[in-house]
Amino acid sequence: MDEKGKSKLLVIGGSAGSLSMVLHILPLLRAEMYLSVIIVFHRKQATEDTLVDLLAGRTTYRVKEAEDKDELLPGVVYVAPPEYHVLVEKDRSLSLDISEKVNYSRPSIDVTFESASDAYGESLICLLLSGANADGVRGLWVAKQAGAFIVVQDPASAEFPMMPQEAVDKVPVDMLLHENNLSTLMNFFF
Amino acid sequence: MMNDPGIQLSDSQVETLLVDLIDLYGYDFTNYSRASLKRRISRLIHLDRFLSFAEFRFKVCHDKDYLQHFVEQITVNVTEMFRDVGFYRALREQVLPVLATWPMIRIWHAGCSTGEEVYSMAILLKESNLLHKSLLYATDINPSVLEKVRAGIFPLSQMKQYSENYIQSGGKRDFSSYYTAIYNSAKFDDELKTRLVLATHNLVSDGTFNEFQLILCRNVMIYFDKPLQDRALRLFYDSLEVLGYLALGTKETIKFTTVTSNFKQIDSKEKVWRKTS
Repeated sequence: MDEKGKSKLLVIGGSAGSLSMVLHILPLLRAEMYLSVIIVFHRKQATEDTLVDLLAGRTTYRVKEAEDKDELLPGVVYVAPPEYHVLVEKDRSLSLDISEKVNYSRPSIDVTFESASDAYGESLICLLLSGANADGVRGLWVAKQAGAFIVVQDPASAEFPMMPQEAVDKVPVDMLLHENNLSTLMNFFF
Repeated sequence: MMNDPGIQLSDSQVETLLVDLIDLYGYDFTNYSRASLKRRISRLIHLDRFLSFAEFRFKVCHDKDYLQHFVEQITVNVTEMFRDVGFYRALREQVLPVLATWPMIRIWHAGCSTGEEVYSMAILLKESNLLHKSLLYATDINPSVLEKVRAGIFPLSQMKQYSENYIQSGGKRDFSSYYTAIYNSAKFDDELKTRLVLATHNLVSDGTFNEFQLILCRNVMIYFDKPLQDRALRLFYDSLEVLGYLALGTKETIKFTTVTSNFKQIDSKEKVWRKTS
């Protein structure tokens, strides 16, 4: 298998109350994991630069805001820019899209989960975190059909349980995540 | 558990449709970003309540009115006036003062959609006292959006947001002085369209048609794959006068393309480049 074929993709989707879990996950990422990461947060325009800086301070991975046609490289965290959907192409590059909001959201977690599952199939890990709407659930379902590994924050530990609870109710979930089993998730990346 | 969330398009179905569109109508979408395109086709099948891909394909292939609707829906027409205030500030403060030194200013809005950016530009030109010696060429693949550009009528509900954008981008006047409110619409002043030239133009297949001092193509090429982006950028290069300007969307770049060395970005933040050679 070529180097590109070996790499995995982790897509993290989160809304209200999801930042703290991401701040726990980032320090655990290792170069040997050969992992690319996309973070899709629902957020307001003004926070963009500070969010990238905040995340970059927590990991040895390079953190950047996603730009159109960025090639997905291992060891890099791509943050969805406000007001753009982020799609993953089959050649493992990113496309941006400013079309209609999905689930009242742009970026929409569904959009990234669905296109990423088309490109990565079984090499995709989807993680859906705390939030107060239902974005991401349909995307998890589609990714599950394509063989992705589905991880959802334990609703009991989420500040806003609606989003992860919807996922647990509607999609066969492979793992429930809380702060005490993060190392189990990390093992899956090696 | 979730029920099947609608028709799942396969890659080969998308390919089939793209070949139909070329064979029957000469519309070539094969170099559009495939993930976006697939999503938009799925969305349309869902919105128009087709029961199968076969039924949808039959409609596209046999109903010319539906084809027009298809092209409108597949190409993205989301736009705003004075979107990205930093960009409009840069136009006002850095680009227009230079353009003012040319005897005649030709500007091309490539992929103009419903024209919100064209009217924003006309307002900037008017305020800089340059509108009378400018020509604004607005082109799009989609003939029906050009009718909207010609009309210059936008939803009144958007005006609060546009007015805030306008002021943040350095606008000093009362934004409402540029339009007349009629029921739920805002009709922009006819003066703003006196220098407007409208035409259909397809960045996939059409060539250069004039020489410009400024070309704007913002959030259009994000729907293209890399080879088509290169083609469009080459076309813009060929259509720009030396020292003319090219403006792209805030998350777009000309890095890693065939024209990279022919352009210089005007500052590190705004996505405006100047043709240097």
